[in-house]
Amino acid sequence: MNNIFTWIAANQQIIYIVMLMIFVGIEIIGRVPSVLHTPLMSGANAIHGVVIIGAIIVMGQAKSNDYFALILGFLAVILGTLNVVGGFVVTDRMLEMFKSKKKK
Amino acid sequence: MYFSLLAIIYIIASATFIIGLKMLSHPDTARKGNLVAAAGMGIAIFGTIFLYEDINTGERLGNYVWIFAGLMVGGIIGTGVAKKVKMTAMPEMVSLFNGMGGACAALISIAEFNHFGHSNFAQHIIQSFPGEEAVDVASFSLPVQTGTMITIFLGLIIGSVSFAGSIIAWGKLNGKIKDWSFKGQHIVNLFVLAFIIGISIYLISTISSSFEVNNGQVINTADKISINGLIVRLNTSVHVLFYAVFFLSLVYGILFVFPIGGADMPVVISLLNSFTGVAAACGGFLYDNKVMLTGGILVGAAGTLLTILMCKAMNRSLANVLIGSFGGSANALAAGSKEVGQHKEITLTDAAVVMGYANKVMIVPGYGLAVAQAQHACHDLEKLLQERGVEVKYAIHPVAGRMPGHMNVLLAEADVNYEKLQEMEVANEEFPSTDVVLILGANDVVNPAAKTDTSSPIYGMPILDVELAKTVIVNKRSMKPGYAGIENDLFYRPKTSMLFGDAKKVLQDLVSEIKNL
Repeated sequence: MNNIFTWIAANQQIIYIVMLMIFVGIEIIGRVPSVLHTPLMSGANAIHGVVIIGAIIVMGQAKSNDYFALILGFLAVILGTLNVVGGFVVTDRMLEMFKSKKKK
Repeated sequence: MYFSLLAIIYIIASATFIIGLKMLSHPDTARKGNLVAAAGMGIAIFGTIFLYEDINTGERLGNYVWIFAGLMVGGIIGTGVAKKVKMTAMPEMVSLFNGMGGACAALISIAEFNHFGHSNFAQHIIQSFPGEEAVDVASFSLPVQTGTMITIFLGLIIGSVSFAGSIIAWGKLNGKIKDWSFKGQHIVNLFVLAFIIGISIYLISTISSSFEVNNGQVINTADKISINGLIVRLNTSVHVLFYAVFFLSLVYGILFVFPIGGADMPVVISLLNSFTGVAAACGGFLYDNKVMLTGGILVGAAGTLLTILMCKAMNRSLANVLIGSFGGSANALAAGSKEVGQHKEITLTDAAVVMGYANKVMIVPGYGLAVAQAQHACHDLEKLLQERGVEVKYAIHPVAGRMPGHMNVLLAEADVNYEKLQEMEVANEEFPSTDVVLILGANDVVNPAAKTDTSSPIYGMPILDVELAKTVIVNKRSMKPGYAGIENDLFYRPKTSMLFGDAKKVLQDLVSEIKNL
């Protein structure tokens, strides 16, 4: 228990960020028209692809003889990139349609 | 210097995520918002590759070849798949990409756990016992930060659940996987979840005393050991249990999505989306990486809210969805069997006449339209009717299709004017002045049972009141119940006529019939 309290105290900054981000996330979504729900979900999906940064760190820190970490990291980088690139491209394709139609 | 530059990059990237999401929520700025967030992601990724330094050792990242190879492979496949996918397959694509993110988070946790199990700890020990020649193995324990362990486990569990669940959701949406459930599934699910949490708590609380210390040979029995040249490992049993958590989480993900019917699928995908966000945030904790934290929590919070909004639209409680059952399918069958009435069919020509001479037609699109890829044919019909002076509008139910906004995207692809799409509340006000309602492959969203039949699983879900219109024409492939598996009374009502066939074919035929009028 004590351990956890110390950890909280040592990581207050992060906990503040979490707290504020929760409110930011809720505030932003709250006013979305339902028309944009699918593109928005897809856009949010691409943003959580930020997890790829963790994959890059694992990969980059792996010792050259640590094949386990190398393979895991490599897979993680591929999967993360799929999430990021695929997510943004799909979102863009959806929104492209909204746009071309609006001009008319 | 490098590292502080990276900090600035991360701040900018976090800001682009927030601004991007904000812009995504307005139709005018949405596309730019997506690009803004993508740009932020780009600088965060390349900044990390070139500028990242380990906080303790100041070491830069290596293995550039591997990193870039991974980025290339993922980038090429991702772009290719995303460019090729049909608009109708969009929801399952989102689900699949979401699963990739979840898997990525789980793999990071596995890698980091092993990292702790190996070399890192040896270093810790040497730092923890400076100047000592030997350590008492019997009372040996390490200062492992509980918080760090918790984030590793959370990342592993949430990431794996999200991965397995998303893959199942993907398979279900493209029809590869059927609904499947067994008796007492809630209880099994709860047991699996309890096991996952139990093992995790046990491991986290005992981890600091679960080390084997050796210097080349296993010597757990020895009382003392020399510090120099020492190798520290986690006990094998700890590793086994760790992978048990991983495995059980995958099982939970599968069990969790398997029995859920189509009506709940949007909710599930949105929920899994927010799960992956939280898993990404765990990575942020682990590396003290603010941009992962911001992005992850942002998506976690936004996704959760979106999930709740969807649940509200369908009048289902999130708890029910979470436990993993599509409640009341037995009731649905009962309700269906007692309402066997007669439906009447309408010929194409008659339908063409009715619509061609109407004043106002409302089109209610559903998943059938998406499956048949009939959005263009639908737009052709709309244009033709419009030329004949018929007012045509679309009534969009919030959960029509397989995802909120699914129909909007689909119709947008066919260049249907934005202003013609009416949300449910507006559409319901317009039905009384409508001559013909054309339902294209929609079923549950127009089922009057949601209003009248308290035993129906969709009872309480707001529906489109198509019955207020003068005539209702329903296009379906057959009389089979919709995705929720419920009979629809609407089809047996006197105002309703059925027009069987594939939506695209029927629409094309309607167009040529109306041209001949």
